[in-house]
Amino acid sequence: MSKVAVFDTRPEQAVRAESPLAITRLADRVASNASAEAGVTLREKAFLGHLILRGGAIALDEAVREVLGISLPAKPSALAHDESGERSIQWLSPDEWLVIVPGGEEFELENRLREQMGDAHFAIVNVGGGQTVIELSGPYAREVLMKSAIYDVHPSHFPVGKGVTTVFAKATAIIRRPSEDRWELVVRRSFADYCGRWIIDASEEYGLNVLD
Amino acid sequence: MFNIYCPYCEEHREEEEFHPKGQAHIQRPTDPDACSDKAWGDYLFFRDNPRGIHHELWVHAVGCRKFFNITRHTVSYAILETYKMGEQPTITAESLASEEKQGDVQVADGGLQTVGASDNSVSESKGAKV
Ligand SMILES: [Zn+2]
Repeated sequence: MSKVAVFDTRPEQAVRAESPLAITRLADRVASNASAEAGVTLREKAFLGHLILRGGAIALDEAVREVLGISLPAKPSALAHDESGERSIQWLSPDEWLVIVPGGEEFELENRLREQMGDAHFAIVNVGGGQTVIELSGPYAREVLMKSAIYDVHPSHFPVGKGVTTVFAKATAIIRRPSEDRWELVVRRSFADYCGRWIIDASEEYGLNVLD
Repeated sequence: MFNIYCPYCEEHREEEEFHPKGQAHIQRPTDPDACSDKAWGDYLFFRDNPRGIHHELWVHAVGCRKFFNITRHTVSYAILETYKMGEQPTITAESLASEEKQGDVQVADGGLQTVGASDNSVSESKGAKV
């Protein structure tokens, strides 16, 4: 095992944490049109564990299958989930993958992956503090993406199990489609407030419902 | 809409996601200490400015963030092919000139990537799956 210094970024004591979208106070901004018939439903999936894996696909695939039980998506723009749907790996580049797991699992996962990778040439970086996941669902979620992103989100071009890094509302973001009716945006901390406000504005005509 | 084929993402992506990075295939002198000032100056500062085929380095800045090469026509702006780092172009000024000599002139929209070309015609020219 390498001599890389690793540490758990989650404090053991109860320290108040704020997600990147906390300052936006989305729920307060969306007043009257929040209803069950809302065309778009927004939910921030805050405090998840985000890891960036870099290295050779063959060595990483073995380690990831052993530790996570998911094979490493080798195809460009592929997004794979485990059976529960809570853990995912996404292809970002020929030697780079994004792993998202339930919050709190990432440190143990990182350690186990490091152990599995042994002396192979690789890098694992915890980027959980730098980005957050915004989930969009509802019958008009795709309409919001269509007018905000430059990437073609038509189902024939963007099937379930795809994820791309592209431009959303002039900001760099990852757009992914984990299931038929749900879309996810992975946005950087510094863009989160802006993207959140953008989505509120873009969803206004369809009715927006913000879930905690 | 102006799409560029990224050889790493293996699909056409919006031009907004890319940045040009200048002339491709520039070789650093293998022994900088021993090379002449002229050779070093050429390597550092001097670039081709051809009328016609130009091989360029681009980066998929907002996508996979990989560098790759584009063969572009500086008069028509047509992108003739894109290929990965370390690969050599299949279309060059020389290859086009020899085709022209044989009377087999390649027209701009004959399966080559041009502005607004459909995905089909481009993928045929690349032999790739859309
Ligand atoms: Zn790319």
